[in-house]
Amino acid sequence: MKLNRIFGAVAATMLMAAPALALDISGAGATFPYPVYAKWAEAYKKETGVGLNYQSIGSGGGIKQIQAKTVTFGATDAPLKGDQLEKAGLVQFPMVMGGIVPVVNVEGVGPGDLTLDGPTLAKIFMGEIKSWDDPAIKKLNPEAKLPSSAIAIVHRSDGSGTTFNFTNYLSKVSPDWKEKVGSATAVQWPTGLGGKGNEGVANYVAQTKGAIGYVEYAYAKQNKLAHAKMINKDGKAVEPVIKSFQAAAANADWSAEPGFGIILTDEPGADSWPITAATFILIHKQPKDPAAATEALKFFAWAYKGGAEMAEALDYIPMPEKVVSEVQSVWAKEIKGADGQALYSATN
Amino acid sequence: MTDASLQAPTLLLKPDAARASRLRSFRLKDNVFRHLTRASAVAVLGILSGVILALVIGSWLALSTFGIDFLTTESWNPVTEKFGALAPIYGTVVTSLIAMLIAVPVGLGIAIFLTELCPPVLRRPIGVAIELLAGIPSIIYGIWGLFVFAPFLQATLQPALISTFGSVPILSTVFAGPPYGIGILTAGLILAIMVLPFVTSVSRDVFETVPAVLKEAAYGVGCTRWEVIRRIVIPYTRVGLVGGVMLGLGRALGETMAVTFVIGNAHRISGSILAPGTTISASIANEFTEAVGELYTSSLIALGLILFIITFIVLAIARLMLLRLERQQGA
Repeated sequence: MKLNRIFGAVAATMLMAAPALALDISGAGATFPYPVYAKWAEAYKKETGVGLNYQSIGSGGGIKQIQAKTVTFGATDAPLKGDQLEKAGLVQFPMVMGGIVPVVNVEGVGPGDLTLDGPTLAKIFMGEIKSWDDPAIKKLNPEAKLPSSAIAIVHRSDGSGTTFNFTNYLSKVSPDWKEKVGSATAVQWPTGLGGKGNEGVANYVAQTKGAIGYVEYAYAKQNKLAHAKMINKDGKAVEPVIKSFQAAAANADWSAEPGFGIILTDEPGADSWPITAATFILIHKQPKDPAAATEALKFFAWAYKGGAEMAEALDYIPMPEKVVSEVQSVWAKEIKGADGQALYSATN
Repeated sequence: MTDASLQAPTLLLKPDAARASRLRSFRLKDNVFRHLTRASAVAVLGILSGVILALVIGSWLALSTFGIDFLTTESWNPVTEKFGALAPIYGTVVTSLIAMLIAVPVGLGIAIFLTELCPPVLRRPIGVAIELLAGIPSIIYGIWGLFVFAPFLQATLQPALISTFGSVPILSTVFAGPPYGIGILTAGLILAIMVLPFVTSVSRDVFETVPAVLKEAAYGVGCTRWEVIRRIVIPYTRVGLVGGVMLGLGRALGETMAVTFVIGNAHRISGSILAPGTTISASIANEFTEAVGELYTSSLIALGLILFIITFIVLAIARLMLLRLERQQGA
């Protein structure tokens, strides 16, 4: 009797709580954009009262969860291909970007003192260039005084979007890398140490003399590591700064792949940073819970419009306006409720 | 008169009927208690078989794709989806071995000192310190290992090892390579520190169970301290000692976070213990979140199954050792 009453009460509270909870948007996926999503969520909650519950469980987990429809949106660093999107009935769009920066710890080499190009970087990570005074490096840096110390490679030990974009770049610029190693969230590294997370790589590089690694721009900046300049597709040496990441995004042909699924590495343009990366959102074309999906789209629209400054403060790069308007026209066209009505229109 | 059922206060009924009813209630309670304890015991078996079943089902795809090659290949390539567990198995076994080689003698030494030789004033502080060591979360060991211990080793122990053994035939391979600071040896040393309190506190507890009479008798017939410890204390407590060592080994085999931080996470087998490597649990922790594709996930679960089997084998060996010891003593 007593138990029954308790169960009844619990059930009743749950029923009453359900509509209130539905206001919160739920998402899961990539760890790389988590800091900026969390920041946006906090500001958005203050402004609208709608909360965002984002679990940064990794891109693989995010894809699985959106396919299982346990979350309103999924997030992934490696974009899905057109046929995968088609099969799962998903819409994909880029949310925010970041830059990946080679960082080094070489005696006498400060931030930006060293210049590398793609093929040389690939050879270093293949273990073919073994010391810092190798002719290939010297040729790119005739001015610099480079020691004869051995190069220690540092890579990510955990699967990550950073590795995906970095190895994608190396595959584009080095046929040898493409054939022997390839590109994925985790690869079989020919040589080197694995650090866990950006912070692990940053720390190994800082500690190991002669080390080279790759980290998100924010980590290179915050840990005061010496970054290398890269020679881009147009043959120009560029510094990793927000302007050069944005140039890469602006010069990219976003309609080349379905779901904006292009990878921003090795983009043309004199100012383009060659290892730029976008991170993507996945949402169902016909969501199970249209109300929640509408809330999610409102949040994304708000973030595109008002979140740029917050993103830049955290060293992320906001999407160019042109891309945003293309994304929003896709929303209006493709994401529909059960009645066939579009859930998003530019006016709401 | 001593019949428990008649001492109860409810004697309004006739004595016989009251007694029968009390007895019935006792039997009921007994039964309930027996079933409860049995259910708890069965639950353990149920959970264990559930874990095994889940691991086997999860790893089936990998095991059926690669077969026995999964155990014998070193390659771990997520791009071509060719997975082999040899490098993580090697790393797990070698780091645990290094840990036990250091922790067992040191742990036994501490325990013997504490129970047999230590002045009573020091006994409590040292005992508490060891228990505190056991209470430190493994992530703390990992961070400390990465930021403090690894740079220290890189500057001191590793160059010393490389230059000392550089010209010795086999040892020059074992201690070869640039001193990265991190690597298999560092992971083994961190594990040794983590395992030490387990070995120490279990052995101290079992040493304290040795009856004073036995030791006094031995001293009485003129045994030295060493002889008492070697011939009386250790033989008397060996079952407990093996238990303590196995508990430590179990922790060393399965330890994840601390190892992930300092082992260097490279899926390679190198002759040198200064080189980076990986362990089963470190690989799973590193790669599970972003493992895309069923074969990749399944291979990681298969690693988990292998760790389970290794632990099982270790326990089986421990039991066998104990059985043999007992038989030897009987003969």
